[in-house]
Order: sequence, then C-alpha cells, then structure tokens
Amino acid sequence: MAAPSNSFRAAVITFPGSNCDRDMAVAIEAVTGEAAIRVWHGDADLPDRLDFIALPGGFSYGDYLRSGAMAAKSPVLRAVVAAAERGVPVLGVCNGFQVLTESGLLPGALMRNAGQRFVCKTVELEVANTSSPFTTGYEKGAKLRIPVAHHDGNYFADEATLDALEAEDRVAFRYTDNPNGSRRDIAGVLSANGRVLGMMPHPERAIEPAAHASLGGADGRGIFENLVTSLISA
Amino acid sequence: MKVRILVRLKPGVLDPQGRAVHHSLDHMGFEGVEDVRIGRMIEMEVADGTDDATLTKMCEQLLANMVIEDFVIEKMEPA
Repeated sequence: MAAPSNSFRAAVITFPGSNCDRDMAVAIEAVTGEAAIRVWHGDADLPDRLDFIALPGGFSYGDYLRSGAMAAKSPVLRAVVAAAERGVPVLGVCNGFQVLTESGLLPGALMRNAGQRFVCKTVELEVANTSSPFTTGYEKGAKLRIPVAHHDGNYFADEATLDALEAEDRVAFRYTDNPNGSRRDIAGVLSANGRVLGMMPHPERAIEPAAHASLGGADGRGIFENLVTSLISA
Repeated sequence: MKVRILVRLKPGVLDPQGRAVHHSLDHMGFEGVEDVRIGRMIEMEVADGTDDATLTKMCEQLLANMVIEDFVIEKMEPA
C-alpha cells in the first residue's frame, strides 16, 4: 500500500539491547496514525524522506564501556547525525539521550545517578523551553508527569556549558524533585537549532488516556503531538 | 605492543561510585582513607609502531568521554 505523500514518516532505531523500541513505535503510531519504520543499528542508510527519528531506551550493547558509547559509533548513527544536520527532528529517550550525548549531537554526559541506585518511578517535569518542535504547544512552567527508569541519568556538563544552554534556551525540561543528581535539575536538552531533543524520562510510556493513569498517564503524548503540529505548520 | 590506558574522571567531577566505596571502607573499619575515585583500565594489544596520535584518537573518540574523563596512555615493553 502506498503511503500518502503527506504521511508522517518516522524511524525508530533498534540497537542490540534496546528495549523501549517497540513502546516508541507504538507511541508514534498512536499519536500520528502512521506506523513507524523500524531500523536496525547495522544499517548504514536511513529510509529517505524521514520526518522524525527516535532513539529508544534500553541498554544498547549492554552499556559496555559507557552507556550509549558503542551505539554512538554504530553505522546507523552516522546516518542519524547526517540527518540531524539536515534538520530532521531527532528524539533520544533515556539510553537514546545517552547515545545523543556520546555522539556529540547534544552537549554534556549522563553519569551514574548521584544516589547510586536505579531509579524507576514517575517524576514531575517542568517545561522550560516552549519554542522547539517538541515543546511548542506547552506553556512555560507547565507540569508533566512522566516515568523515569535509569541508572545513568545524572546530567553533567561544565558550568560554562550549562550557562550557555540556559542562555540559549536549550533546557527543554527540568525535574521539580531531582531524582538523579542532574546539574541544575536538567531532565532534557535541545540542540542549538532545537530539533534534537534528549531526555531521560520516557514520554512513550505515558501516551495512554486517563483510563490507564496508573500506567503512567498521557502526559508524554504532547511531545509527539507538538512535533506533528510543528511539522504540519512548517 | 601492549598498551595500557587509564581512564579517570576529571578532577571536580563527582564520583558517586568512589564515594560509596569510600563509605564502605569506613564502615569496615579502615581508617585514614581520604578519598576514593574509580576509573577504568583498558589493555590493548596493538601493532608495534602504532603511533601516539592514533592511540590518542582512540581515546578521544571512544575509550574516554572527554566531557567527564581524562586518560593516560602507557606503552608497555613489547612482549
């Protein structure tokens, strides 16, 4: 079946050890009505005419060396970096965020949680940026409840980088109750052009309506809806 | 040629693992431990004559994360 030319073409990248790739694909389809294209880490090329690329959570390459380090050097990442440089929106969640920092698409690094423990719970986020394709529909300071599940979510960057991120409005989300020691409560970071977002919380786990509030709620939906809206209006 | 690479957190970067190990040593009754920092050691067997610039590139591009880590390259005698 030929997809209509205005259909939303999203790709979800799967690395060995990814475990949120299916959730991400389901979330994308639930919000956009279009099935996401699944791409394997060894693929050197991405499908053409992509509107969106998602790097899912999990434990790519067993978190060997450092979380995200090996995936950042995989063949498909070169294609992702090239696509991002062309302006294709990229979302990295959890391990995907770690891959984005390791690849250099986003500044900083994700270190072991300050409390040493794996943190698995729903946290409250405050929307800090409202101009990126992912956050454009939000009010500044809006509160979202989105699950986190990570061991290495402690966002680190030097003071000069943190100052620059804030001055350039590149902090997308902040924790209202910091679960992992992240510098300046940062939960999500944007690229300079606002089209690459990395975040530790899992919006793809919070897309079902209120009937399933106990499973994470629907506060993650907005991030995908904002993206679709901004692409249509662009 | 055997090469040993030590990857360590930069000074000033908080090391939660080192801190937890420090606490354990204190609890075990070892006195006088002032600080603990945990790093990573990587041993590689590389072709004789592999130059420093190449080894440095390996460290900068993969073995260490330059945002948070420093590295030291030690070349061991050929076996």
